[in-house]
Amino acid sequence: MYFDSIGELFAMDGHGPYVWFCYGITALVLCVILFEARRRRLGAEQRVRGVVRRKQASANKVKGKG
Amino acid sequence: MSIWTTFHKWGSPRWFYQFSGRLLPWLGGLSLLLLIGGAVWGLALVPPDYKQGNSFRIIYVHVPASAVAMGAYMTMAIAGAIHLIWRMKLAAMVMKAIAPIGASLTFLALLTGAVWGKPTWGTWWVWDARITSVLILFFLYLGVIALHQAFENREAAAKACAVLVIVGAVNIPIIYWSVEWWYSLHQPASIRFIGESSIHPSMLRPLMATMAGMYLFFAWAMLLFTRNEILDRERNTRWVQDIVCGDDKNAESNSVL
Amino acid sequence: MTLFSLALAVLRRDLLAAARRGSEWSNPLVFFVMVCALFPLGIGPEPQRLAELAPGILWVVALLASLLASDTVFRSDYDDATLEQMLLSHQALYPQVIAKTLAHWLLSGLPLSLLSPLLGVLLHLPTAGMLALMASLALGSAVLSFIGAIGAALTVGLRKGGLLLSLIILPLYIPVLIFGSSAVKTAVDGGPFLPQLAMLGVFFLVALALAPLAIAGALRISVDQ
Repeated sequence: MYFDSIGELFAMDGHGPYVWFCYGITALVLCVILFEARRRRLGAEQRVRGVVRRKQASANKVKGKG
Repeated sequence: MSIWTTFHKWGSPRWFYQFSGRLLPWLGGLSLLLLIGGAVWGLALVPPDYKQGNSFRIIYVHVPASAVAMGAYMTMAIAGAIHLIWRMKLAAMVMKAIAPIGASLTFLALLTGAVWGKPTWGTWWVWDARITSVLILFFLYLGVIALHQAFENREAAAKACAVLVIVGAVNIPIIYWSVEWWYSLHQPASIRFIGESSIHPSMLRPLMATMAGMYLFFAWAMLLFTRNEILDRERNTRWVQDIVCGDDKNAESNSVL
Repeated sequence: MTLFSLALAVLRRDLLAAARRGSEWSNPLVFFVMVCALFPLGIGPEPQRLAELAPGILWVVALLASLLASDTVFRSDYDDATLEQMLLSHQALYPQVIAKTLAHWLLSGLPLSLLSPLLGVLLHLPTAGMLALMASLALGSAVLSFIGAIGAALTVGLRKGGLLLSLIILPLYIPVLIFGSSAVKTAVDGGPFLPQLAMLGVFFLVALALAPLAIAGALRISVDQ
């Protein structure tokens, strides 16, 4: 490793805040993308279940009446 | 099977969903491996730059973000063209899926580029050719997203965005070239802002890792978002209902994502 | 009807319709004058500073005026269903679209470029830049009309189309802005501005050839929805 200690790795000769901010925000944006994908998936699944439920309900109505 | 039947098979949302499902773990795993590995490599295992010191390490996240942001727009344009020419619904879904991902990566490229500027050249923003072009690309993305949301009819939205994205894609080389020309007028040749040429090539090796990782991440995210579109749009089909409710019956989840 | 006579007929009809609508076409010009007048109020009346910034200011304001004008190119035809008829008739869209865009330019961009020397005087633009200003605006605004027409065609059917229109075409305006303002600045500095004009000419030819395709496609989408 090109740094003599973990402390120096964080400080990066004064450039630490800039470098770590960039890597941090990159990780953050990528995580947000993944979380958003999951959130949308759960929403889509919910809507699919809604469709199935309505189908069941109308099928039961027909069965009940018949 | 002839080329056309193969092509149409690829255009089937159901086939795409099943095929992409098999790719997901590989794409996800490999991209995270390359991104994290490349980041560690670039942060700690490479010497600091002679001129810029440690701030040059930002290159390992900034350059992949802006490269993939550009590539994503072009992919979006190709998807749009496929939708307009062959009326393939799946292409429209892919196009819609890419927009927010590409916009996020463009924003990331702008932010990391700006922060890189501060320790290196003392200012938070520099109107140099590359960053200006990335800013314009960001505006193009925002326009596509805004146009999509403005239409109530989904099919009209898809077609309109396809037209806009293709127009944008045709314009991107013109814009980039014009901005390069503009910048060369206003800056003396002795000052060069993003002086990557001064960075020793051996120090660019981690860049290959993070670059590949970022492309794979984009492909992964694109598939995830497109699959969600498919589930949503095809919710009235039996196979989608089976996937979602079949999961419920088995009381287990197929995948986290 | 040949394509050319079709285009000519549409051109004539649009110009006559505009004449009947009265002074609506002058709104972008008034905007141009007013916003140019805002700049000295905002940045101070020192002639030297205004003169230095004048090429950029004049071009940016002309661009915004052009943006404002773009919203109107298809709106009245959309509102009275003429657009639908145009699409339903089996006549070629390409020449009609070119004619409509050129008519629009004759009513907005060309007057703008003719008015610009006056505003150049207001902003202390050196006389050396006047010809370049008029020429670059005349040619550049034609390109802007075509680009604007693409955006207008995409948004004409939408309720809040105006602001969205600005959002989607401003990035596409940028190359025209770069070369247009550079022409004026170079002329002021005593250099040759023909290369920049030539570049604008290239943009115009590309726009003339390709934009109508996008415009026609976008019109179909907007009217069909």
